Amino acid sequence: MASHSPYEWKNPTVAWIDRRLPIFSMARADLVDYPTPKNLNYWWNFGSLAGIVLVIMIATGIFLAMQYTPHASLAFESVERIMRDVNYGWLMRYLHMNGASMFFIVVYIHIFRGLYYGSYKAPREILWIIGVFILLAMMATGFMGYVLPWGQMSFWGATVITNLFSAFPLVGSDIVTWLWGGFSVDNPTLNRFFALHYLLPFILFGLVFVHLWALHTVKSNNPLGIDVKGPQDTLPFTPYYTAKDMFGLGVFLIFYLFFVFFQPNFFGEPDNFIKANPLVTPAHIVPEWYFLPFYAILRAITFDLFWGLVPAKLLGVLAMFAAVLILALLPWLDRSPVRSARFRPIFKWVFWLFLANCLLLGYVGARPPEGINVYLGQAATAVYFLFFLVVLPLLSFIERPRPLPTSISTAVTPAGVGVSARGVAE
Amino acid sequence: MADSVTTSPHAVNAGETRRDFLLIATGTVAAIGAGLAAWPFIDSMNPAADTLALASTGVDLAPVAVGQRLTVVWRGKPVFINHRTAEEIKSAETVTMAELVDPQPDSARVQKPEWLIVVGICTHLGCIPLGQKTGEPRGEFGGWFCPCHGSQYDTSGRIRKGPAPTNLLVPPYTFTEEKQSRSVEGATHGLALTL
Amino acid sequence: MFGTFDRASAQRGWQVYEEVCHACHGLRFVAFRNLHALGFSTEQVEAIASRFEVQAGPNDEGEMFMTPAKAASHIPSPFANDQAARVANNGALPPDLSLITQARVGAADYVYAILTHYRDPAPEGFNLNSGMFYNEYFPGHQIGMPPPLSDDRVTYLDGTKATVSQMAHDVTTFLTWAAEPNMEQRKQLGITVLLFLIVLTGFLYALKRQIWSDVEH
Repeated sequence: MASHSPYEWKNPTVAWIDRRLPIFSMARADLVDYPTPKNLNYWWNFGSLAGIVLVIMIATGIFLAMQYTPHASLAFESVERIMRDVNYGWLMRYLHMNGASMFFIVVYIHIFRGLYYGSYKAPREILWIIGVFILLAMMATGFMGYVLPWGQMSFWGATVITNLFSAFPLVGSDIVTWLWGGFSVDNPTLNRFFALHYLLPFILFGLVFVHLWALHTVKSNNPLGIDVKGPQDTLPFTPYYTAKDMFGLGVFLIFYLFFVFFQPNFFGEPDNFIKANPLVTPAHIVPEWYFLPFYAILRAITFDLFWGLVPAKLLGVLAMFAAVLILALLPWLDRSPVRSARFRPIFKWVFWLFLANCLLLGYVGARPPEGINVYLGQAATAVYFLFFLVVLPLLSFIERPRPLPTSISTAVTPAGVGVSARGVAE
Repeated sequence: MADSVTTSPHAVNAGETRRDFLLIATGTVAAIGAGLAAWPFIDSMNPAADTLALASTGVDLAPVAVGQRLTVVWRGKPVFINHRTAEEIKSAETVTMAELVDPQPDSARVQKPEWLIVVGICTHLGCIPLGQKTGEPRGEFGGWFCPCHGSQYDTSGRIRKGPAPTNLLVPPYTFTEEKQSRSVEGATHGLALTL
Repeated sequence: MFGTFDRASAQRGWQVYEEVCHACHGLRFVAFRNLHALGFSTEQVEAIASRFEVQAGPNDEGEMFMTPAKAASHIPSPFANDQAARVANNGALPPDLSLITQARVGAADYVYAILTHYRDPAPEGFNLNSGMFYNEYFPGHQIGMPPPLSDDRVTYLDGTKATVSQMAHDVTTFLTWAAEPNMEQRKQLGITVLLFLIVLTGFLYALKRQIWSDVEH
């Protein structure tokens, strides 16, 4: 993106524009010629997929915003009008609702792929950190979007999450009042959430652009985690990876639209079909599924620290934010010079255990905080942070990585040497 | 790969043809899909079912005396109903076509001569002309006067002077015997006027 | 999954709603014009609408007045507001039924079960508050709604025998439709879209294979 290849365009109009504004050369350099490692597997599809989902979300969102009314007494009604009276309004809304879940599925897979293949290591630290910002922006957008239909879960989700900020000492309650624009979640809150929910996706879009800029500067990682040695290791992005991404998109759309058309409320909650009622809290408040692991970490902290100086409530909030932000430190917590888990026998196991632990956190987050769930949540929270703060730093000293192949091309050619059987299988 | 270099030129050609065919076929199917997918987005901006259902209006004309004018709302727009006097009817009918900017006989603009029904929106730039209330200026021709740019309409709602290009629009309407309200999903009825 | 609504059952269900449920429960997101989708004709819809009154106005005297509903009107709720509903119902609030099948865990089955699983008297040892009724499926088993259905509570126009389970079934069918009137359109379009995508993805896979056929990877 930063640089463009000097290219002689045959079409005179294209050449004329390109000399003044090199958009065609840029597009060619980044979408066609971009040298991509030839051994990327299907886990590498999820980055471009996430970008496409963002576009779908923005498109459906804009058309929904044309019909939606961000007012406490009309929001629920306007959503029902979208569902019943607006032409294809139900389709727009189901695409948007389920699109949010799809976005998180795709991005979580994208993150775990980066984790497994060490895509956060030098020289891709900034690329990774921008990714963490993207995740944060997505979470804020998703949370505020869930409030807009103004159902019971919308209202009480907003109440619970905004109340988190009351945990901060001294200014906590002032912050919450400021967030609400009043003394409870009400019309001013809904109005600003709508404004921000409309704004954030465009910031997200900007972050994605910077993410791609960084990517095209340092180039793509690959399943072997070794550097590209020369042209024999790469393929031009088009047609090879455009074709592969398009096929992946087809498969993804089948998965996504199956939910839209046949199980549109699978990821939803029955309580959100009841209009917000500030006087009645639903029996069991749960956030959207993609927040569940973080919700579990929030609830896991039931004890004060430093003789009550840091109360449990504050600690829980800090732990929850830390759980996301700690990802940004990953490049410096994992000191192993080897990127791909394929050549890291211990890390490979630790990775799967960490993934299982995240799923366990998600399960606990969905359960009522009673009995065994409390202890499970605390144990899983401990494991989550131990993974980052203890296991990864120690592993770089303990672990003896397997020998790396000399290059991608030798590894993927049958006659190649110095490669494990697994490397060839991809 | 090394092998493909040694294959015969014929086979390479066949491969390229197959690829071209696949590319065109896939591109065509994808383009059709993208085109069809655009429709729900476009159609969502068309009037919704509830908007269409409210597109018909029933009006009871019984209380409107001769010489009175009534404004009703139809599809969010004002509709002027004028219970014309004999004098107004006469002046509307006796105009020669040569005098008119947008020539149209009065008989083509009314179903019953005593009732003139027009959309009360100036055909120039969409302002609402004056003349519905007593005391408001009605212009030189006794119809309506648009305060925005001075268009003047006669007692048949025809443009006589000023920048407006065409006569006031006549909405679809029917006279009915008894009060009724027909507004069926998807239907776009006009006004139902009850005498 | 590829289901359609049973029109005859839903029409009977509307009759049960109108004659029984509507005394206490609103259906505010449904307009009379929507009933066309159940197979009612224009005339039938107008006849149904004219049996209800909605507020209109203000008139020339500045007063609101009641007028027969039109096809475009939404079904008027039986109570002006929640407080009025509570006062009339011994403190309990009869929920609006527009979205009831989606707003409850168990969906339509839950609604059917509530309607058909009253028990009188309450089981031995159950402490039932006065004015409450025992229902096996209601959370906590104490429900403020008296058993709404009894055999022949309505007289079906099509001659179907109005047993409790028949009426419960019919009204549940109707309410499932009312919660999502576009369900049939959604599923029909879904089949077309998925079939199209499967074909397109097949093409994309063939193209991908063709393009990658000359690469060792």
